[in-house]
This record gives sequence, structure tokens and C-alpha cells, in this order.
Amino acid sequence: MSLLLKTAFATLLTLLSVAPVHAESLDVRIGYLQWVPDKGPVLSNVISEPEDAGLRGAELGLADNRTTGRFLGQNYELESEVTGSHDETLAAFKAMHDKGTRLFVIQAPAQTVRAVMGQAGDDTLVFNAGAKDDALRTTECHVNLLHTVPSFAMLTDSLGQWLNMRRWNNLFLITGPTDEDRAWADAFRRSANRFGLKIVQDKPWTFDADLRRTAANELPAFTQARNYDAVVVADVRGDFGEYVPFNTWLPRPVVGTQGMSPVTWHFTIENWGAGQLQNRFRAMAGRDITSDDYAAWAAVRSIGTAVTDLNVADAGAIRDFLFTDKFQLAAFKGRSLSFRNWNGQLRQPIPLVHPRSLVAQAPFEGFLHPNTEMDTLGFDRPESQCRING
Amino acid sequence: MKALFKHAVLATMIGLSGPALASLAYVSNEKDNTLSVIDTKTHKVIDTIDVGARPRGILLSKDFTKLYICASDDDTVQVLDLATRKIIDTLPSGEDPEQFALHPNNRHLYIANEDDAIVTVVDVQTKDVLAQIDVGIEPEGMAVSPDGKWAVNTSETTSMLHWINTETFEIEKNVVVGQRPRHVEFTKDSKIAWASAEIGGTVHIFDVDTIEEIKKIDFKIRGVPQDRVQPVGIQLTTDGKYAFVALGPSNHVAVVDAQTYEVLDYLLVGARVWQLALDKDEKFLYTTNGVSGDVSVIDVDQLKVIKSIKVGRYPWGVVIDPTS
Repeated sequence: MSLLLKTAFATLLTLLSVAPVHAESLDVRIGYLQWVPDKGPVLSNVISEPEDAGLRGAELGLADNRTTGRFLGQNYELESEVTGSHDETLAAFKAMHDKGTRLFVIQAPAQTVRAVMGQAGDDTLVFNAGAKDDALRTTECHVNLLHTVPSFAMLTDSLGQWLNMRRWNNLFLITGPTDEDRAWADAFRRSANRFGLKIVQDKPWTFDADLRRTAANELPAFTQARNYDAVVVADVRGDFGEYVPFNTWLPRPVVGTQGMSPVTWHFTIENWGAGQLQNRFRAMAGRDITSDDYAAWAAVRSIGTAVTDLNVADAGAIRDFLFTDKFQLAAFKGRSLSFRNWNGQLRQPIPLVHPRSLVAQAPFEGFLHPNTEMDTLGFDRPESQCRING
Repeated sequence: MKALFKHAVLATMIGLSGPALASLAYVSNEKDNTLSVIDTKTHKVIDTIDVGARPRGILLSKDFTKLYICASDDDTVQVLDLATRKIIDTLPSGEDPEQFALHPNNRHLYIANEDDAIVTVVDVQTKDVLAQIDVGIEPEGMAVSPDGKWAVNTSETTSMLHWINTETFEIEKNVVVGQRPRHVEFTKDSKIAWASAEIGGTVHIFDVDTIEEIKKIDFKIRGVPQDRVQPVGIQLTTDGKYAFVALGPSNHVAVVDAQTYEVLDYLLVGARVWQLALDKDEKFLYTTNGVSGDVSVIDVDQLKVIKSIKVGRYPWGVVIDPTS
């Protein structure tokens, strides 16, 4: 409440004291849709994701855009809907679209993103801030769909590069039962192949015991093998993976969705001015920022960066600008970020973190690319069928 | 105890013989909460001073008797007495002060409050807050023109230069530049201003009379990926010959012809070079290299790096006292 008041006061002050650059004001309306399906009962239910993960990131992006906009006579509005189902998400999209909103950020599973793109016309620009599915970047291409969230392949390539760099070449892979677990594991197998890693054991997770009681008994037996350098876990929803570290047959580190993980963002990143983003978010939301928050923030800031330069709110003009050399997103990852022009993916460094610290950030030195080292992560142009810019 | 004694002796020596000693460089070590004191004649660290949490921007009073320190995580500006090397006072600074600039009147201190999107103006004599000016997100760079007319603030996430009238404390003009503007430097005659954009990878040259951009400088270093070329600190020689631009994680300092704006050379220094300072005679340029934790010394005549000096962790700012 006091924060709101403070903001209102600051805005008022600004209106009084700032000499406007543009006489008439420009309104930019952004729709935000969020649907996170229930992940079902999990063994590890101790640390849960905040329910507003994503939404609060979009809200911070809005605040950042507004602070810039007030000097330029540009006003931003964010209409947000956090829904409980696929159908509700589509209905919310339609309602906002009917009212004239043409810029959207969506944090939902791939099938919902697909359905939204089916309804969106040519004049609508959508930012995917939730679905990591590789198919959306390789085969199911939408001209007006951009991705600020990294694909599974970008995440696993980052891990693969790091394992290669450390010469931890022999790996024990454990894959969970969900579609997302399998998608993550498929991405990792591709990365292993790309970076010369060998999967010496490839085992699906089938146990259904409660590991809080029996992890110490179950897991050593499950991870028995002659030798491996590390255990790789594919457990996207966080069911059993938390119990793998320190319970492996051999004394080896655990990486993947648990242990040391490649992520979009982490609250321990402080370099490249990131401490300021962390502080700003904490002051606003009263909690630490998550990867989902970051992806939504990056989407709203991409729109803001384009509008600052163009001074128009038209989705088509914004889309065009985002694919020019002039667009550079300053996003606290130590490099300027841009969109891949074949599939609309935001190219970005990927942090590798353990729960309390940053370990490293991909891409790593020595993994070369003719255009940008960031394109050593995920699907490069020749590997993707998408040509959304012709 | 012994260290204290040493300080006292040294202070006495400075008091007695002052100008006979080589001038001293002060370096703020962001992650050590200290200042390193470098003798610029021997290029050795002669003292390390404990200061507040996360010291970043530092500057000298116009009479060179005091050093002001942004202790960012203590939300304060500390005042260090140079003769005794003791913190003698603190100033109200607003939250998270990062960089600041002192008006030629030696009283008005313009402080960029990074977390609050505000520039705070403090009278260093009375400690009164004279104004708080709303600026863009993450205000960072601060500069006051030598003629005292303009205070310019850069806001990193808003990517603007905010031109503040120092009589009214009001913004007169906002100019969008490259992404993440970090630093502004005026020429001695206050006619030209240089502004660096870290993520944009550019330096923008402004005509101060019209507040119009007259030139944009790009940098290209062979063998360094373009997105590692991130301009931050700028220093201009008073003879108008050179501008030096620190290029961050490219680990190079660019030498620019300050008349034609042509880039003449790139000098390899330590890792992630941020801020720069020229000594009194402008014979040597000192650079803070955050990641390698050292200071590189560049011979200005020869345009060669001649030495690196180990300092504390994450050196951030550097100033040189010409009178010491």
C-alpha cells in the first residue's frame, strides 16, 4: 500500500517537474496471460514456486517501461489474467484481443501457446515466456511468436558445454515420467551428442516410494554402474530429483534439473548490474525473482525498448524493429540480447547455478560461432526449419 | 597499533613535505570495503584504508583536502580526510549511491541513487538535501560541467541522459542514447560532452550549447566478440588531444583522437576495465580492472601499458590527488 502511494506520488512529482519531450502521449497496452497447470503430487513438496511467478516479472517490466515512458510521453498499461485452465486462458486472450490489445506475453504450456497463435491474427505479436518446448523453435514456427524463455535445447546445451569443458564426459542419465521430463532428456541427449559426451547409463525413473524416508536406500542401488563422472537428472517438476544429490552409488556430483542446473535466471546473479534488478524486484514483490519472472520481464522490456525508439505502439512496427540491428536488450546478462531472426528466440547467456550460488555462465570460451557465441546454445539457423522472416 | 603509528608518521611526513612526494592515487575496492592508496612515483600500494560497505564512486573536494566515497550498501556518502586518512563525516545520500559529481562551487554534490531512480543534491557544508530529482531507472553516471551550468545524469535501464539545470534543479532535456549509458565527461571548456553506452557499445558526443548529438563512435577490436566491447569510463586530456575509453570485459582501453573522433588504438589492460584517471601531468593513465583486481598504468606519451598494480577485490573507482 505504501509502495503504491509512493509510486503514485513519484508519478505526480514527475508530471509536475519533467519537461515533456513529446507533446501528445502514446498509449501502449500489453496483455499478460498466465496458466500454470497443477503439477500433481510430488515427493519433494518442501519448496514450492510462487503462484505469481511470471506475473510479477511482467509487472516490474511495466514499471521499468513507465519510468522511461514518462520522459517521452509514452504510457504503458498491463492487463493481466492468471487463469485456471487452457480454455480460460483462450477466453481471456479473446476478451483482451476483442478490446483491441495486440501485444501479449503468455506464460503457459506449449499447447496453449499454439491455440493462442491459432486465434491471433496477423496484427498480433505474442511473447512466449513459459513454454520451453523445442518444437516451437524448430518445426512449429509462428511468424508473430517470439520466445523470451530459453528452449530446453538452450538449457541442455549450456550444461553440455560445461560438462565438456570440465571433461566430465561419462554420464548417468535419470529421466522422470512426464512429457516435460522426456523433452528435457531428449534435449540433453542431443546436447551430449553435440559436445562429445557419453551417456553410459540411460534409466527411466520408475520408483514410487516416498524418498523422504527411503532415498538413502533406494538411490544408491538405482545409480549403480561401473563408473560415471556425473549424474544427470531430468525431473522438470521437481518430484524425485531433489533426493538424488549425495545419495548416488558413486561419490559424484548431480547436474540437470536438480543439483547444478542451467536456468533462465537466478536470484544469486549480481554481476553486470543484476544486483539492481534483484533489489528492484525484491522491493516490489517481497520475494526473490524466478526464471519465469525474468522471462516475462524480458518480454515487456523488449516491447518498451522498441517503443522508446519508435514512439509507436503498433505490433507490426514493433515486430519489425525487434529484428533489426538497432534492437539490443540490456538484460543484466553481460551482453546485449537480440532475437534470432529464423525462429524468434531471444538469444541469451544461460547461468548454471546450484541452489545458493552461480557456478558459471554459458556460452564458454572456445565454443566458437561465426556470428555470436550465444548461437552455440540451442537451435542454430541450419538446425531449425523456421524461417519466420523469410 | 603498528599500522596506526605508520599512518601517523606518514601523515606527518605529508604534512611537512607535501608536494615533494609523488602524487597519490586512491582506488575504491568494491568487494573489499577498502581504498588502496598508490604512490604514483613508485607505482606501489602504500596503504589500504577501511571504508563503508561496497565503495564505488569516489571524488576529491575542489581543494583536495577531502575524498568523498559512495558507500553504496551503507546508503551513505563518507567523507575521508586526506591528511589523516580517517572517515570524518557522512552525508545524507539517498539510497544506494553509486556515482556522484561535485559542482565547481565545492558545495553541491549530485548523487545518483541507483535503486530509487532519483538524483539527490546535497550541500556538503550544511548537509542539507537541496533537491531530489526524478530520473530514469538505475541512474548511474553523474557529471557537472566545469562552468557549473549543467549536471548530467545517465539512467542505465532507461538509456537516457538527463540534463539538469543546476540553478533550478530541474531537468531541461532528456536524450535517448545507446543501451545502458554509464558515464559522462565534459571537455574543460564545457563545450562538448562525451557519454558512454555500455551495452550499446558506443560513445556519444554532444554539443553542449544545443544538447544535440554530433557524433557516435563505434569500437571494433580484432579477435574480441563485439558484444564484449562495453564502453564505461572516459578520460580526456586537457590539451584536447586524446580521449581514453575503458571498454569493460573486452579488457581494452580505446585511444580516441579527441578532435576527429577517430579511434587510434586499443591498449590491452586487466580484466573488465571500468574507470580511468589521469595523473597531474597527464603522463600516466590509471585503469581499474574489476575482475583481475588490479590497476593498469598506461604511459600516455608512448600509449603503452607499462605496469599493473595489485589492489583489492573488484577495484571500481580511481582518482588522483594532484597536490599530494
